[in-house]
Amino acid sequence: MSRLRIATIWLGGCSGCHMSFLDLDEWLIELAARADLVYSPIADAKHFPAEVDLTLIEGAIASDEHRELAKTARRQSKCIVSFGDCAVTGNVTALRNPLGPARNVLQQVYVEHSDPRGVIPHEPGIIPLLLDKVVPVHQVIPVDYYLSGCPPSASRIRALLEALLEGREPLVDIRYG
Amino acid sequence: MAAKTLTIDDHLVSARPGETLLEAIREAGIVIPTLCHLDGLSDVGACRLCLVEIEGQRRLQPACMTMVSEGMVVRTSTPRLQAYRRQIVELLFAERNHVCAVCVASGNCELQRLAAMVGMDHVRYDYLSPDCSVDISHPRFGIDHNRCVLCTRCVRACDEIEGVHTWDVAGRGVQARVITDMNQPWGTSTTCTSCGKCQLACPTGAIFPRGVTVGERPHASERIALIIEARKQRW
Repeated sequence: MSRLRIATIWLGGCSGCHMSFLDLDEWLIELAARADLVYSPIADAKHFPAEVDLTLIEGAIASDEHRELAKTARRQSKCIVSFGDCAVTGNVTALRNPLGPARNVLQQVYVEHSDPRGVIPHEPGIIPLLLDKVVPVHQVIPVDYYLSGCPPSASRIRALLEALLEGREPLVDIRYG
Repeated sequence: MAAKTLTIDDHLVSARPGETLLEAIREAGIVIPTLCHLDGLSDVGACRLCLVEIEGQRRLQPACMTMVSEGMVVRTSTPRLQAYRRQIVELLFAERNHVCAVCVASGNCELQRLAAMVGMDHVRYDYLSPDCSVDISHPRFGIDHNRCVLCTRCVRACDEIEGVHTWDVAGRGVQARVITDMNQPWGTSTTCTSCGKCQLACPTGAIFPRGVTVGERPHASERIALIIEARKQRW
């Protein structure tokens, strides 16, 4: 069996889903025997590589950078998993949506609720631009599987990965929160 | 009165006259999702989750509002019904801000359980993300409109069991909200007896007891010093 090329990306989320991934403990050694982690916050790769078999996406789409990375991941991956509640529903990352467009959110955080009063950061090309509405990953790119949970437990991540590694259709249980 | 005989999912079932279809379905050991139904309260057929197919009727009928009748042939879980049920739950999630991860009811929530039950692995609709208020003016309970699904179980529990009718519904469509008295802060209600039946009836984290939210959780870390002090006295 050829080695699978796996990537994980971290968009608008707290990294908790990646922490849960690390909770796979000794099973990570088994995973490493069967697959390469070609792009990840915990791997040293600058650009999202071509021909990825499976990409786990943690986090919601909250900025232009997230949107572009998600699109790149979709183009260059055979299978995309929405990994955790932020990717699946927007979750905590989307709590800002009722506040209105990005301008209002930045104003509230950096100016109105900041002591001393700050300024809204504006560094085009360096600081990503917030989108007016945080959306789940499937509103930007087609998603193949959804793994809910905040975070999904290591055992549920393992169940999904094992099925995909063996080419089986995974039976993903649903558990929000 | 003679028992009624009907067919539910190809099983012959007998039911007492005057029973609802939902009762007969449950007595037959068949599980269908419900949300606005609560044993002990009157039924209103609001959530549409218990819709069933009845042979000879073009329309789907809510099982909680349909009386059993002789010879009825009922299907409770066809692909069409399953698709509608998932759609209903998705729309409930899309309409307000149901953020399980930060909700007081997570793990004890009927909406959360329904999502799993109907196979809602994601929501296909745009989230409306409305700006909803939270009223914590009552000393013992709070109402978070972000989590309300307008099942009206609080309204019925308050009216039918406590006999007070503090709760009601105001507004229409997505503007509809449960209200207390004349749409005033709950803490200023002159009719509320603080009995807590609305909170018992609430299926989600909308009506919750004060003191259970993350920010309110007592830590009492000073008790460690107290234990050490107590041991000193003993030994």
